[in-house]
Formats: sequence, structure tokens, C-alpha cells
Amino acid sequence: MKRQTDIAVIGGGPAGLSAAVEASSFGLKIEVFDDNFTPGGQLIKQTHKFFGSKKHLCGYRGMDISKILLQNCASAGVTINTEACVTGIYGNILAVLYPERFEEVESKAFVVATGASENCINFVNNDLPGIYGAGAIQTLMNVFGVVPAKKVLMIGSGNIGLIVSYQLLQAGVKVAAVIEALPNVGGYLVHSAKLRRMGVPIYTRRTITKAEGDGNTGVNSAVTSQIDPNFNVIEGTEIQFDVDCICLAVGLTPLSDVLELAGCRMKYIPELGGKVALHDEYMKTTRDNVFLCGDVSGIEEAVTASLEGKLAGLSAALYLSHEYREKIEKSRLQILEELRIFRDGPFGEKARKGNEKLVREYKYER
Amino acid sequence: MRIEEHPVLTFKRYKKIVFYFEGSPVEAFEGETIAAALIAGGTATFRVTDKHQRPRGLFCSVGKCASCLMVVDGKPNVMTCVTPVREGMRVEKQKGKGDLT
Repeated sequence: MKRQTDIAVIGGGPAGLSAAVEASSFGLKIEVFDDNFTPGGQLIKQTHKFFGSKKHLCGYRGMDISKILLQNCASAGVTINTEACVTGIYGNILAVLYPERFEEVESKAFVVATGASENCINFVNNDLPGIYGAGAIQTLMNVFGVVPAKKVLMIGSGNIGLIVSYQLLQAGVKVAAVIEALPNVGGYLVHSAKLRRMGVPIYTRRTITKAEGDGNTGVNSAVTSQIDPNFNVIEGTEIQFDVDCICLAVGLTPLSDVLELAGCRMKYIPELGGKVALHDEYMKTTRDNVFLCGDVSGIEEAVTASLEGKLAGLSAALYLSHEYREKIEKSRLQILEELRIFRDGPFGEKARKGNEKLVREYKYER
Repeated sequence: MRIEEHPVLTFKRYKKIVFYFEGSPVEAFEGETIAAALIAGGTATFRVTDKHQRPRGLFCSVGKCASCLMVVDGKPNVMTCVTPVREGMRVEKQKGKGDLT
């Protein structure tokens, strides 16, 4: 007989763990499946403190938030399977691949919290060794205490680009410059100001056109150029940087494969980073027993991921049992209001617009 | 390079071990991935592509791309960024697609 559970949560980051904890308070059996050997998702490499209230676990460093969430899971009796790579949802069956074996788990409901993968951009020799995603550098530097270079050029001035640049400086690595294609710095002023105080220049309306180097030592130089409002390179504006590493912080794409395979209706929404499963405001997809939360439902950050996780966990619990309907519906409304407050303001605009589009489309589909 | 001093973090290094990269001994610490240990030792190229013989190194470090595939103890296509390094392991650069026979 197959192993059975009530709710299978796919992904053990802030969204998945929050969903598991929230759903566990209704007497349901919850199992989390994570493909890494340490659960916690991207929180485990985040050394900066989050902005917001203590209620939302802000004021702590990301790596400490993951410890708190894991403790909550342990005391709630949630099982966490690591090195457990989910390859698909087939009806009520979850297919899980471990390093040396394969397992099928039967579950009544699913919460998909698979997160996102990092984007790459087009330039000559963009596959040379020494070119990393920003997340890769954070992992090497903050989890393993290894730095990959002496001097880095950062591409992208969103919060990830700015924060990773600062963390590189903390680890004793030089940051030659931050390059941004748009006319303005993308991330918070508090992060860019810190970098500027440390003497790191930020070039806007500029992009990388070419990397140079070889297979022996990897990258040794990066060529950048000014771009016009249509993103065309302006000749004669090259600045070359002698760096042994290029770090790409140019956005993320939702890891939606499991949802698409499960037969959920998908929609391409640029504001949310790519193809996203249609869902209602309570995180239910077009399949009645499949829910989603976190970056896979649109690129945002850890606090909103965690709030969405709570919503998805509650919705999955409500799908399985109507015993606590009143209590669950009340909690969901409260979390929706918290999400609204978090997304209020210029930085939440994109997510707000994207989510509105998605919910509208979902209602139309129904 | 390994970070020795950091304003926020302290790195707990476990037992020192030795593995082999292209036949030469490399020092590592238990708990590190193969990729992290190779980067710490200054290795740039992890594999060479099949069609155009392009050198590739580590890229995503979370098991989501195919940039760091190597031959480990004779087994090709091992994601070295999510595989823990072990004492005596034999790690080689992968050339092309890797031979499964």
C-alpha cells in the first residue's frame, strides 16, 4: 500500500513551511517534500534583517526565520522529507524521486510552493565560468563561507542585486560597480545608499554586452555600454571592468512545471515573472485539490510568500474539512488584509497589478 | 577562497577531508558540496559542452540548471552543487554528455 497523507506540501521554503504549520492546527496529517538536503529554501542564505513587524517574523535575519519556521513545523508534528524531488502530481498521487529510490505518496490535497529560478540575460560569452546567478553567490558565501572571486561586477540593481553586493563587501570581495538597464535604481534607497557610502558606483541606463575570459581561469573582463530608451546599445559608450566574476541579479521566473503537469490552467503574466497557474484570492488553482503559494504564484519576497503560504494552508484545510469553516474563513480574511497592507505602496504595485489580472482571469475561467 | 572573518556570520567547519579532482588531491570540509569545495580551491571549469566544447562552471548552485554536471566516482551528470563531498571521492570534468554504459 502507498504511504498516505492529507496534505502534501511541495517545497520547504517560507511559503511551504508556513502553509504546513497553518494547516496542521486542524488535525490533518501534513508532509513537506523538499529537494534540497537542508529545508528552509532561500531563507537559509539570507543574512540581512527583514523590514516589517515582528508579527510577520521581520526584524530577524532570513536564516533565523527559517529556524523558527522549522521549529514550528516540528512542534506541529509536520513531517519534512529532504532530498525529495517531486517529479509530478498524477491525480491523487505524488511522484517523489530520492537520490537512490522512487516513491509514490497518496495525498488528498496538494500545496505547491516550488519557488522560482534565476534568470539569465543575453550577452556575448554569457556561459563562461565565473558568471553566476546572485542566489548562487549567496549560497556559496553565506552557507558555505566560500567566495568565488576577488572582484565582482553586479548586473541588476533590484533589492537582490543591492543586498548581494553589500554582502560581497562584508565578505571582503570588491564590487567594481552595479549596472542597471532602467533609468532608476530598482531596489530600496536604504540598500543603494549603503553601497554608495562604501564607494560602489551604480550606473543606470547601461547593460553588459560581452564577457571575456577562458576555460582555465574563467571570466577576466566585462564590457558594458550605455543604452537608449528602446534598450539599443549606444556605440562609443563602452566601459570595461577588469573583474573575475559577473553576478546576474536580473529577476526570477516561477517554477510552475509541477502545476502545469497537474493540469492547472496557466497564464503568462509579465508582472508576476512568467507563466503562473490561475488561482483565486485564497490560492486555489483551477484544480479543486491543488493550491499554491510563494514565488511560484508570482515573484515577490519572503514575507508575502509566508502570508500566501498561510492562506494556501488554510484553504487546503477547508477543502478537506468543513468542521472549522467559520474559524478558517475569518483567518483568511485577516491574512488577505495583511497581504493588502504589505503590497500597498510603489514597490508592491507590480505584484498587485499581476495578482488582480490573475484573479480576474480565474473568475472568467470558472 | 574560504572566508575566515565575517561581521555577521561564523562558519562552523566540520572534519577536514580529502577528495580527488582530475586525480589531484583537494582539501574540503564535511558538509560542503562538491561545487563549493572546488570553488574554494579555485576551480573555474566543471565541464565542457558536447556540441561547441564550451567551458562551463557553477551557475545557479541550487540544482536548477545543468552547468555544474560532473563525473563523480565514474557516474556522469552528477549535480555537484547539491551533492555533498565525501572522503576519497573521485571527481572529473565531464566532457560532452557523459557515458552511461
